[in-house]
Formats: sequence, structure tokens, C-alpha cells
Amino acid sequence: MKPAVEMRNIVKQFPGVLANDHISLTVEKGEIHGLLGENGAGKTTLMSILSGMSVPDEGEILLNGTPIQFGNCEDAIKQGIGMVHQHFMLVPVFTVAENIVLGNEPHKGLQLDIDQARTMVNRLSSHYGLKVDPDSVIRDISVGSQQRVEILKVLSRDAKIIILDEPTAVLTPQEVEEFYIVMRALREAGNTIIFITHKLQEIQEITDRTTVLRDGKVVGTVNTKDADNERLARMMVGRDVVLHVKKEEHQAGKVELRVENLFAKDARGLPAVKDISFEVRAGEVVGIAGVAGNGQNELVEVITGLRKQESGKIYLGDRDISKMTTRERIYAGLAHVPQDRQRRGLVMDFTLVDNFLLGYEDSPPFIEGPMINYREAERFSERSIEMFDVRTPGAHVTARTLSGGNQQKMIVAREFQRNPTVLIAAQPTRGLDIAATEFVHEELIELRAQDKAVLLISMELTEILDLSDRILVIYEGEIVGSMKANEATPEKLGLLMAGG
Amino acid sequence: MANWSQLISLALFSATIRSLTPVLYPALAGIFSERSGVLNIGLEGMMLISAFAAVVGSYYSGNAWIGVLWAIAAGLLTSLIHAFMCITLKADQAIVGTGINILGIGLPSYLLLKLFGSQGISPIVNRLSKWRIPVVVDLPVIGPILGEHSPLAYIALIMVPVSWFVLFKTPFGLRLRSVGENPSAADSVGVNVYLMRYIAVMISGVLASLGGAFLSISYLAQYTRMMTAGRGFIGLAAMIFGRWNPWGALIACLIFGFADALQATAQAANVPIPPQFLLALPYILSIVTLIGAMGRANPPAYVAKPYEKA
Repeated sequence: MKPAVEMRNIVKQFPGVLANDHISLTVEKGEIHGLLGENGAGKTTLMSILSGMSVPDEGEILLNGTPIQFGNCEDAIKQGIGMVHQHFMLVPVFTVAENIVLGNEPHKGLQLDIDQARTMVNRLSSHYGLKVDPDSVIRDISVGSQQRVEILKVLSRDAKIIILDEPTAVLTPQEVEEFYIVMRALREAGNTIIFITHKLQEIQEITDRTTVLRDGKVVGTVNTKDADNERLARMMVGRDVVLHVKKEEHQAGKVELRVENLFAKDARGLPAVKDISFEVRAGEVVGIAGVAGNGQNELVEVITGLRKQESGKIYLGDRDISKMTTRERIYAGLAHVPQDRQRRGLVMDFTLVDNFLLGYEDSPPFIEGPMINYREAERFSERSIEMFDVRTPGAHVTARTLSGGNQQKMIVAREFQRNPTVLIAAQPTRGLDIAATEFVHEELIELRAQDKAVLLISMELTEILDLSDRILVIYEGEIVGSMKANEATPEKLGLLMAGG
Repeated sequence: MANWSQLISLALFSATIRSLTPVLYPALAGIFSERSGVLNIGLEGMMLISAFAAVVGSYYSGNAWIGVLWAIAAGLLTSLIHAFMCITLKADQAIVGTGINILGIGLPSYLLLKLFGSQGISPIVNRLSKWRIPVVVDLPVIGPILGEHSPLAYIALIMVPVSWFVLFKTPFGLRLRSVGENPSAADSVGVNVYLMRYIAVMISGVLASLGGAFLSISYLAQYTRMMTAGRGFIGLAAMIFGRWNPWGALIACLIFGFADALQATAQAANVPIPPQFLLALPYILSIVTLIGAMGRANPPAYVAKPYEKA
């Protein structure tokens, strides 16, 4: 049987980067084929080419043994290729049905036949067990539902080859489980699936075979069941990787951050943080585990001064900082790696120099009279880029041009160098690849070794378990559990996280 | 002396229809353009150029309808310049629009001098004769208000449901709106983003040109320098007030049209209010309604953002 997809010697050059360097990939019919690689390895570029979104500089593509050439997405769709993009390709103000039929609309005369669209969506939805409401507006539904819409969109165009670009990145653990079921069902139905990810666990869970990319080249293709995590990680990163960071025993010191009876409301005015009290000591990592949306964001925002508390006190050492502005809290020794690096962490259209300057811009040596001393700022940026291994063509490109991992390294570099007494790290490795995650984890442990107090908020249980000395579990705005890390197990935490 | 009772009459409502027409066209024009993601603040300039072209067409042919065709051609041409700069060259759309507005002041003035040897006004030309709508014209109340208007006024009113239908009820409209809300999503399902935006801007140009033609060869019968007097911008305000929806824009245009008609009637009736204030009234009203509408206005997400294909 001819392979469903054969890509031969694909080359794609972007300004300054060779994204795909003679990549060859063979995907058999009816398999789930993993495409594993770090951020920037060229996975998405390769699949954009297959889905017709971009045109390769060299190379050929064969579908079922027949050479094909795509100029645009429409051609690819006609050949039965559909892609679910990492950043959803949905129109937020359109309904589910409108999004699914866009570009392929049923019509009665001149008029869009929305009834037929609705019927079609319902039929597909029940056939594949992908529950959606055709009349809901996209921006009102959950990320998980939006993803189902994306998949239905692809299926509605009779795709036989389905490309999924990091589909689990936006899902909660429960949604991921449901997603695996959908993927298996699609495979049962005879579809071929290409699954892009940088998470080893997912590769093991769901794929039949896996091709590993690194720096735009193919490292190799393996039968997934023959490869363990260590081997895949080595292929992906090009060296041995510490999958679980090791931390030395470290004696915790005096209390550096103390939160007392904190109450806060969320953006809709509903109670989000309910009577939370805890403390973090010098040289200690305290992890807060919980399912997303249980008050973690609000808690972090209150501690960092980005949101007003209803009541309660926050102490940094002995100082009451509850009434201070964010700026004053930074001066008092608080640093913050925000959860949403693109919204809170960086100004995406500023250069790296300007971004590194944020929060330092009014303190020496970065000011000289009324002026910013840019020479000093550049020196600081270049030193940070070097120390924290930020991969960038230079300090004068905008933050937007960097990959997510490198953006995060920038924030970590900036915040760690404040020499804080307390660091709040909210989902510090979200969306990062293995090497960048390893790096951030090591830096956090390094801060702990320097007797800093670290508060870690994460949805990833393994991260919480690996890094923390003590673990708190948050559920519906309350701390429902507290234990030493060596007494915690994923099962125990999972139960508490679910409110059990 | 002042005669307040003369103010409110059926003629006032008829004048409202006349006053709202040259605002409704640019409002609809703006809706098409911006729904596709292309900012069009050059509507004022497009209207001026078309108003002038309409006069030229009517002057040389002696037929006002030929003037309308000239206006449409001029509107299409101007909108193509706008589209080429904004969509193909990815220039800053606010600056291109401003450029078109400046062109709209300069070009007709220059040609006025060249063609007619005049500094500020063109010769009088043939204008569109009004249509009397049979049956309607004889109805009580409605007849005096809606029965007899310029054909361009009727076309403007008809364009409201037509635009609404096209934008919100057809596959074409769905695609047009999708490229203004998320062009990558549209592209990924095979909608040609550039083509859709070109078409939208050209529709916008045609609508603006009809607004211009209405002023020069229907409302008046000549071109006068800067005769739009900001109506292109008021149209944009109406578009925002109406939340980029033709029906909403019509309501805003009715408010403006009424204020404009009121000030004209008031001046004629010699009410003891300074005419400067009366003249400013429709504009003040526009600003006030805009302030009221601004908070809840939700423009298309990708307006003014050129699309870069991966």
C-alpha cells in the first residue's frame, strides 16, 4: 500500500532561519504519526506546507503515491488534507455553524442556508461524538469546545489526513483524555492523523510512529512502542536531558511571604479568592496545585498588586505590603513571572532592550538625569541574553519575533536579576519545550539554593511535585489541602484538585 | 419674525430624507470597507472626487445619468488606489485615507481651474430630476414625506436592506466579514483575503461616489469647493454609532438628517437663534451621539491591519 503522505526533501527558508532543511517524512495510511520536536524545530512549518498555507522552496509531496502541488489551502482541502492549527483559525464573533461552513457554504439561491449548515454540524457532531452547539458564538464557548469546532471544520470538508498542531496545549487534563478518545475514533474511521507535539507523554500515549525533528532536520522515525522517553528526549534535544530536576536538601529559613485571610473577587465581581492564608519561607518552594480557573490568577494578581483584595493582609518579611502599589512591591523585593507572558510579561512590539528595561527604567544605572541610559540598558540586555541563553538574532529585534520559550527566558532573566526575596512564578513553563522547561526548573531551584522564597503556581502536577518543598491545593478559591512534597502523590493531589 | 410653528411640518421630514442621503452613502460605504478589515477614512475625498466627476459627466453629455456613471467610475478608481495602497502595498490605512482626502480637495480644484477656468464653482449642469413614486405620492402623510425625491435618495434607502442582506445573509457576506474578523482563519479555509478586501473597498468606492453625485447633480446642479462639508466623516460616525450594521447606521443618519433639516428650516423661518449655531447643530449632535455610542462600539477585529500571508 502506498503511504498516505510522502514529503521528500522539503526545504523552506525564512529570513535568517532555515526552517526546513531537506526534510523527508512518510506517513502510512490509518496511523497516528507523531511529529516531535522543540519549539522552532520546524514542525509547524512542515505541516503548513502540507496544508497549503505556505509554499516550499524545494522538495515534493506525494499523496497516495501521486505527486501533488499546492498553491493554497483550497487545493489541499480538495485533496483531503485538513489542519487544526495551534492558534485556532476561528472567527470569534461568528457562530459555530458559520465557522464550520465558512468557505464552503450551503446556500439557497443567493442566501446562506443556515438551517442546512446547522443540520450538517449536528450530524457530524453526533457521528464523531464531538459535542458542540451550532448556534453558540465562538467567543462565548470554552477553549475545548473551540477545538472541537476546529476538528469538525476539518471533518466537514471530508479530510482524510488530519494534522493536529499541539492540540493539547490549551486543554485541561480531563479535556486531554476526551481528546485522546476522539483521536482514536478518527483513526478507527480510517483517517490518517499527524500529531504535532513537544510532550513526550502524549507521544507515548497516542501515537503509532513518531518522527523527531531538530533544528529543521529529521533526526529519525521510530515505532513509538520501541522508544522510551529518555531516548526520544535525547533525539529531540540532541543531548541527555534531565526530565526530572534534582534538588538538594535545603533548610528553609525565616518567613519571607505571608498571606493572611485574603479575599478577592474576579473580573465579573464574583468571589475568587476565599480566605486564603499561607506562608513561604526563605529557601523554600511552595507549589500551588489546582485546575485552571480556581482562583490562582486572582491570587497572584492580588499578591503582586495587580488586583485589589477585598480584605486580608500580605506581608513581605515583616512589612505589610497589602496597600502598596505594584511598583512599591517590586522595590520591596517581590518579583513576578506572570502566567500570560504576552499580555503581562512583555510588550510584544518593543525591542528586547526596552523589554529588559521594564521595571528598571527609573532606577540607576539605567537613568542619567532625566534620560534613559541606553548604553547601560544594552549592556544589561546583552548580558541577560548571554546568561539565560535567549536565542535571538540580537537585542534590537521586537519580542514578538522570538519563540514562546525564548520570550519566557527573557522574562525569567529580567525578574531573576531583580535579586528578589520572593518570586512568584505563575505557570512558568507553560508552552515551553523540554530544554526551556529544564532551564526554568533549574533556575527556580537555583533561587531556592540562594535562600529566596519561591511561590510556584502550576497546572502541571509533575512540575509541582518535582520542584516544591510544600504543596498547597487550591479549589474554588480555597486552599483545600496542604502537605509536604514527599508525602504527596499525583493521586492524592488529583483528588483534592477535583474538590474531593 | 420667528415662526416656531412653521418648524415642524411634513416638509421637515421630507427634508430629513434629503439631508440623510449624502451621509447614508458614506456610512454604508464605510461598513463594507471596514467589515472586510480595511479602514476607509478617505470617504470624504472619494465623495468630493466623484461629485466633481458627476458634474463633468453631466456637463459634457448634457445627461445627468451619464454624470452618475462618471461619478461611479471616479469612485471605483479612487477606491482602487486606496485598495492597492492598503491591501497590496500594506501601507498605513489611516495615512492612505488622509491622502485620499487631501487629493479630494486638491484634484477637483485643479481640474475646475483647468476645465472651467473657475476657482471655486463649476458651471450649472443638468441634474437628476426627481422621481414621483406613483400611489405612494398620493398617500396622506407618507406621500409628502417619501413620495417625491431624487432617484439617488431612493437608491440610498434601498441600499440599507440590500447591504444588510448581502453582509449578513449571503455566503459572500460571511466571507467578507470573516476577512475583517480573522483573515488567517478565512485564508485557512480557502477564502481569498486580498480579493475579498479589494471587492469590499470597491463597493465602498461606488457607494461613496453615489453620495458625491447626489450632492453635485441632484441636491445642487454644480460642484462647489469642498461641498461635502464633512459628510464623509459624519457617515463614518454613523457607521460607528450603528455598530457597523446598515440598520443602525440608518438610525444615526436619520438623527443627523433631521438635525440638518431642522437647522435649514429654522433658518428659513427666522427663529431667533444665531445661524452659526444652527449650522453647527447637526455636527454637535453627531459628536454627542458618538460619545454615547463609543463605549459599546465593537469594530471588526482586524480593521486597519494589513494581512500578511505566511
